Amino acid sequence: MEPIYLDNNATTPVAPEVVEAMLPYLTTKYGNASSVHSFGREAKVALEQAREQIAAFINCEPSELYFTSGGTESDNLAVLGTAYHYRGRRDHLVVGATEHHAVLEPAEYLHCDEGFALDILPVDGDGFASPDTLAELVTDKTALVSVMYANNETGTIQDIAALTKVTRETGVLFHTDAVQATGKITVDVKELGVDLLSLTGHKIYGPKGTGALFIRQGVKITPLFYGGSHEKKRRPGTENVAGAVGLAKALEIAGKRMEQDFATHTELANYFIDEVMKRIPDVHLNGPRTNRIPPTVNLSFTGIEGESILLSLDMEGIACSSGSACTSGATEPSHVLIAMGKKSVDAQGAIRFSMGRSTTKEQLDYVLEKLPPIIQRLREMSPMYGR
Amino acid sequence: MNKKVLVAMSGGVDSSVAALLLKEQGYGVVGAHMKLWDYVDIGGDIYKDGRCCSLDSITDCRMICDKIDAPFYVLNMSEQFRKTVIENFVSEYRAGRTPNPCVLCNTNIKWAAFLQKARELGCEHIATGHYAFVEKNRHNRWQIRQGVDSSRDQSYVLWGITQEALSMTLMPLGPLQKHEVREIARKYGLRTAEKKESREICFVADDNYRRFLREWEEKQGRTFKKGDIVHEDGSVLGKHEGTAFYTIGQRRGLGIAHPTPLYVQDIKPATGQVIVGDNSALYKRELTASKVNWVAVPPLSPNSSMNITAKIRYQHQPAPAILTALPDNNVRVVFHEKQRAITPGQSVVFYEDDVLLGGGIIEQ
Repeated sequence: MEPIYLDNNATTPVAPEVVEAMLPYLTTKYGNASSVHSFGREAKVALEQAREQIAAFINCEPSELYFTSGGTESDNLAVLGTAYHYRGRRDHLVVGATEHHAVLEPAEYLHCDEGFALDILPVDGDGFASPDTLAELVTDKTALVSVMYANNETGTIQDIAALTKVTRETGVLFHTDAVQATGKITVDVKELGVDLLSLTGHKIYGPKGTGALFIRQGVKITPLFYGGSHEKKRRPGTENVAGAVGLAKALEIAGKRMEQDFATHTELANYFIDEVMKRIPDVHLNGPRTNRIPPTVNLSFTGIEGESILLSLDMEGIACSSGSACTSGATEPSHVLIAMGKKSVDAQGAIRFSMGRSTTKEQLDYVLEKLPPIIQRLREMSPMYGR
Repeated sequence: MNKKVLVAMSGGVDSSVAALLLKEQGYGVVGAHMKLWDYVDIGGDIYKDGRCCSLDSITDCRMICDKIDAPFYVLNMSEQFRKTVIENFVSEYRAGRTPNPCVLCNTNIKWAAFLQKARELGCEHIATGHYAFVEKNRHNRWQIRQGVDSSRDQSYVLWGITQEALSMTLMPLGPLQKHEVREIARKYGLRTAEKKESREICFVADDNYRRFLREWEEKQGRTFKKGDIVHEDGSVLGKHEGTAFYTIGQRRGLGIAHPTPLYVQDIKPATGQVIVGDNSALYKRELTASKVNWVAVPPLSPNSSMNITAKIRYQHQPAPAILTALPDNNVRVVFHEKQRAITPGQSVVFYEDDVLLGGGIIEQ
């Protein structure tokens, strides 16, 4: 049996069409997009075409889109960039409890080391934040609110438009991390009403190391990098032309497939969730059944550690994930599930299966065959289960 | 199918070669690194080389497992380690004792939590890079016998392992000398071949336990009580910053001007006193120990005695003694000759020649 990849929220393979689109810019059209000569012009045109395509995809102006090295950089630039700009005038931040570390950690840094006040916007048991609660937290000293669109661990799709209503009334900037949402559900910055939005390429069959930050016209940020006029001085550094082209192509494909993929993944996910619950007792779905990006299925198996399930599945050739991995590769209890009020034992026993374009019912059937004996064996050894 | 073994890999040359040898012997090797702590929590220099639990060490393990075609995992055991090992380390010093965290880690983490993980992953064995033999003896007991390279003997910190845990344990480096292990590593091009080894306490990155205690307790919002340094004759000689910063037999760092060298004789957290005196007063013949675990021999019934050699600290030369069993897993050890600085909290480990009989924790 070929190994089965059910960790598409972590990353995806680069689509062959994307590779094909990028190749010329890695080989023959290698010019520096800032150069004056024909090589440079050729690269610059490709870069700007990519920008136009991506801008159209999220319904913004090309001039509002800035290329970065990925989701983490986009998030950092949004959080730190706005905070540094407003420092002294607006020294308060609000971030969602279930944010990615790329938002949480810069916010915590600003709080601990730079004197910013920080409020965490709580979520309910399914991971949804309330606009009313946000309204209570936002003040005229708030520099930025950052709440992610679709959660990487549970798939919860946040009602961003309802939240931005609150901030627009008070004139506070709103950033959303749309890394998991882009390409899977419609991302329209005007409908969402956001001022900043992060996206990345490698979660949607584009290359790693590519991403972009939407910064609405008129929003001011202080750059994190210095050393050139690239990206209008907001993100200096020689442009990754091939990466930008790949990102645009990946989004183009994702756009075309979006409806079909959404339907397929919904069906597969529902099948998988129902079958797991039929075959294994004491399983909980973390996150909502609807309003969820369908490829993400996060399950808690009471009484056992996610780590042991993850490793046992890996030995059977099934790749999924538990919690979020730190640099060392060790698994840590998920802050997302804890924020959703899950008991720490359930948070410890959580496993995320995230499907992708290559996922088939046959693969899920193989997992459904391997998973119950693993869970049973681990529960038999567990001091926490059924005692 | 091949028997599966979970190899505890620190990122050093010994455990690397242990994994390699087991692979050669036909075991289904799974490499695992126990992540026991974070630099954020323990302080010290995050970029210091070669430490177990550093990211560079984890990378070393990863690359070696790739080379020998074994899966590799990092197991997060920091929560258990903090609760069982670090908190005990701190509270023992606070109680005027000198703990041995490696013993606790081996007994409660490596040969307990890690072993449990091995079972969960369907492994029949665990393996480590200790220079020792694990074998069944004539008492039908699993025993630990010193390896061929006696200069690498680490049995002092292995006395707490249960029979069941030992029965699952492989130590493939028993028949090898350290230099042979390095040669094997070189021959196979393992990146850890020339790596220096560290024998200090892994979570005290700079080997400064006083710094660690101070910083750790500060983070918990706890302080140390100042007190007097008192001579055996009752005269007060000076002040100290907290009894936790002293250990029996210590001479340096007392900060007292005195015509003869002074040594810590006793630590009394209750009264906040550190008692000092002459070196000669540090010599004692007798100790009692608690929490005794028997390895190579069945548990001794109370009041029965046996001749042993005993080690009272890691670098101590084993000395002949008579051991008498007491009720409740306690023992009395009476040495033939007086021993220097018998220290509560340290382990006393019993041997017969090169075989580990058992051990316990020194009470007085």
